[in-house]
Amino acid sequence: MAKFSKKRGKSSPAISTASLPDIIFMLLFFFMMVTVLRDSDLKLSVNTPEATQLTKLDEKSLVNYIYIGRPTQQYQSVYGTSPRIQLGDKISSVDDIPLFLEQHKVKLPEAKRSRITSSLRVDGEVTMGIVQDVKTKLRKSNQLKINYSAGTRTDELD
Amino acid sequence: MAKTKTRDRMNNEINAGSMADIAFLLLIFFLVTTTIAEDKGILVKLPPWSDEEPDITKLKERNVFSVLVNAQNQLLVRDEPARIGELRERAKEFIMNPANRPDLAEGPKNAIISLKNDRGTDYDTYLAVYNELKGAYDELWDELSERRYGEPYSDEMPFAQRKAIRDEIPMVLSEAEPTNFGEEN
Repeated sequence: MAKFSKKRGKSSPAISTASLPDIIFMLLFFFMMVTVLRDSDLKLSVNTPEATQLTKLDEKSLVNYIYIGRPTQQYQSVYGTSPRIQLGDKISSVDDIPLFLEQHKVKLPEAKRSRITSSLRVDGEVTMGIVQDVKTKLRKSNQLKINYSAGTRTDELD
Repeated sequence: MAKTKTRDRMNNEINAGSMADIAFLLLIFFLVTTTIAEDKGILVKLPPWSDEEPDITKLKERNVFSVLVNAQNQLLVRDEPARIGELRERAKEFIMNPANRPDLAEGPKNAIISLKNDRGTDYDTYLAVYNELKGAYDELWDELSERRYGEPYSDEMPFAQRKAIRDEIPMVLSEAEPTNFGEEN
């Protein structure tokens, strides 16, 4: 026993921290990969409704977002209070949708273009009129895969 | 020139001790800005647009489950007022018609759900109704899949099995052009 303890006692007890930067870098790269910097700031207040039959959208690059809602307080003087459409970071009208879709489409390789999904993030308080106009425009632009963005509902309906 | 000499004399190795600190700083920045945001929603496939008038095929009344939503967010299911909560069960019963009632669908393959809303309907209500109708089909698929393959219907299932189930109970949810009676905001 004495022999063992003697040997151990001789070695230096300090743990080498030389590999610490490598570990940190590894973590850093992980978070850099999964980070999506918010590219468009919302000018509309969008509070999506809740639902139960949800599907997850996995490939982010294949999704384009269309926001519909009322302008937030700071933009109400410019855009009014009635529901508007936001594409990217601009308040737009229904007629801008085909161009917006095309701009998203050209960035993707040909093979993936059929899998593009339009995610409609619509405020629950908005009436269907404007949503219907957007849907009609999407159909006319042959963008048929859409997703009504919604949160998860846990409570029962009445 | 004398200056360079003094420099040469110094140990020219960069101190890597602060590397970890720099990495930490970056790490914390990305930790804070990261939003592993999940986008979930109800996936819908729209019918392609055609400028032609849809040709009106006469459907048997028993095969159509009509759901109307007006601008006051009230439901009219098969000409009777209804609540959203009971919609799912009614739709399921209509599609499968387990008791072979003469006023419900002849079979799941013949069943058509027709949804019509007003331009003044709240999106909230519309989505809740759509969710229930989709939920009815999802539940029926689950039940059939459970009976046949012993597992609930999911995207991980082999394509052939999924197709078999969807052929058995095809989802036919047709949306009519909305009416325009209510007030939009």
